[in-house]
Amino acid sequence: MIAQLTLIERQHAIMISAAIALLGGLMILAGRDDLMGVHGALISVASIIMIFRIGGSYYAPPPSEDRLRHYYDDPSKVGIVLSMMWVVVGLAVGDWVAWQLVNPDLTFGAGWSSFGRLRPVHTTSVIFGFGGNALIATSFYVLQRTSRARLPDQVTPWFVLFGYNLFCLLAVTGYMMGITQSKEYAEPEWYTDLWLVVVWVTYFILYLRTLARRKEPHIYVSNWYYMAFILVVAMLHIVNNLAVPVSLGHAKSYSAFSGVQDAMTQWWYGHNAVAFFLTAGFLGMMYYFLPMRAGRPIYSYRMSIISFWGITFFYMWAGSHHLHFTALPQWVQTLGMTFSLMLLIPSWASAGNVLLTLNGAWDKVRDDATLRFMMVAGVFYGLTTFEGSFMAIRSVNSLSHYTDWTIGHVHAGALGWVAMITFGSIYACVPWLWKRERMYSPKLIEAHFWLALAGTVIYVFAMWNSGIVQGLMWRTYNESGTLAYSFVDTLVAMHPYYIARAVGGLLFLIGGCLGAYNVWKTIKLPGTAAEHAGDLPQPVVLGAGIPQAAE
Amino acid sequence: MIVEHAFLVGFSKSFGLFYLIALSVAVAIHAMKPSNKQRFDEAARSILRDEAEPWR
Repeated sequence: MIAQLTLIERQHAIMISAAIALLGGLMILAGRDDLMGVHGALISVASIIMIFRIGGSYYAPPPSEDRLRHYYDDPSKVGIVLSMMWVVVGLAVGDWVAWQLVNPDLTFGAGWSSFGRLRPVHTTSVIFGFGGNALIATSFYVLQRTSRARLPDQVTPWFVLFGYNLFCLLAVTGYMMGITQSKEYAEPEWYTDLWLVVVWVTYFILYLRTLARRKEPHIYVSNWYYMAFILVVAMLHIVNNLAVPVSLGHAKSYSAFSGVQDAMTQWWYGHNAVAFFLTAGFLGMMYYFLPMRAGRPIYSYRMSIISFWGITFFYMWAGSHHLHFTALPQWVQTLGMTFSLMLLIPSWASAGNVLLTLNGAWDKVRDDATLRFMMVAGVFYGLTTFEGSFMAIRSVNSLSHYTDWTIGHVHAGALGWVAMITFGSIYACVPWLWKRERMYSPKLIEAHFWLALAGTVIYVFAMWNSGIVQGLMWRTYNESGTLAYSFVDTLVAMHPYYIARAVGGLLFLIGGCLGAYNVWKTIKLPGTAAEHAGDLPQPVVLGAGIPQAAE
Repeated sequence: MIVEHAFLVGFSKSFGLFYLIALSVAVAIHAMKPSNKQRFDEAARSILRDEAEPWR
């Protein structure tokens, strides 16, 4: 892979790695009396390994000009492998914490393995590790094909991919050491946040640079979704993480916001992370891989446009539904509730688009587990967005909030929609990327599909039951007007559902492992399939080096 | 410059309430305009590869 880089690119890559190693060194010095020093060491070691990896192939013959006739897919390939590694780790930790809720002794007494530390390890690994890597990998793939243009250079995509994984690694190791801002889905501390800003802005600029080189006049809808994902996540991340560190050598920081403003900023961030990380990006994936796999165009392109702008306009206001019955002004709560209900329109436009695209091709859905992953993802997307709007209604929220119903809702979205569309897209994309006829084993995809579906259904039903039981017990009063059940009573009532949830999670984890094995075996398959004649970028005309923004 | 609290609240409750809805209506008109139909249909088909020759 390094042999694909030109000599100049190898030099740039070494210089960037050296600069990061230096930064790591400074962190070791400044944070020597603090946990930050450990992260400094981790950064230095990671970048020194990178320097040696590049250095090992430094004198390899330069790549031929022929490379420019093909799309640059190496970063997508590595991104997908990383994504499959993160999903196995993330699901395993998730199932471990699920069993900890069944039996608290399963922490085995260590600090790093307590529920409070492992739970963000789980969420970060699956959302950012698995989801994020899959988004970066597929966005490079889709961007190049829909623009019929190659990525502008061969170093920036690697910086984005490895830089992003360094962020994930710093986040996850930090939690286990107790480094956290304790903001949900924004747990990493200030220096890790700053690093992500650098990576993310580079990602956005790379996306724009490639689009500027496009040979296709129309920007396909997937790119709109991917761009919204990149741009809005940057915005959310920067604002929500505004904080003042105790000192430059100290990992701890304090938020720039306080009280209810802090809560509102956090949930403006949190719900839009759901919207733009877990929805917009994956819709971009869906709008490309579903039509490609089904071999037919999307049912209604118009609906995809309405859905895009609807999501962009409405989601921004929905976050306050996380703060019903709090110190937040009533009108802001009502605003959040109203916009959450309006969100049903763009959400169902996309969910409907999935099903209507497949209408008339149900035989393909029956025979092809990859396409079935995408179909089920569409169904769960429709179900979850309906449930979400419903739960945002204040009176429903008074029953559902703080209960396991929320956990059930989140996992219907995360397992049923996000993971299913990702697995479907990965199974579609891996043979195309590695030029194989098909995946190593269609039977394993079939098994993965049923394990994933069964796991999701068991998980979600368990949490619905548990959540409603919990919510009802919390609000039951006896004749004297005091609470009928103690908190421990509710724990006892929830125990069987927690076992069911952990079993559902285990099924999903086994499916994920089968997927990782299948992807690995496909990569190792000998021989390559004939290249699609059309899967090439538009040739660059000599002397036309200036980016052509509008053709 | 000091912006009064009452002014901000008034602004967000009036303009803030309607401008995104107005934008949504504008998008719906853009998407449904009959003269745009052919462009969008082409865009939807543009990603599907023709095996026999390079893209389109």
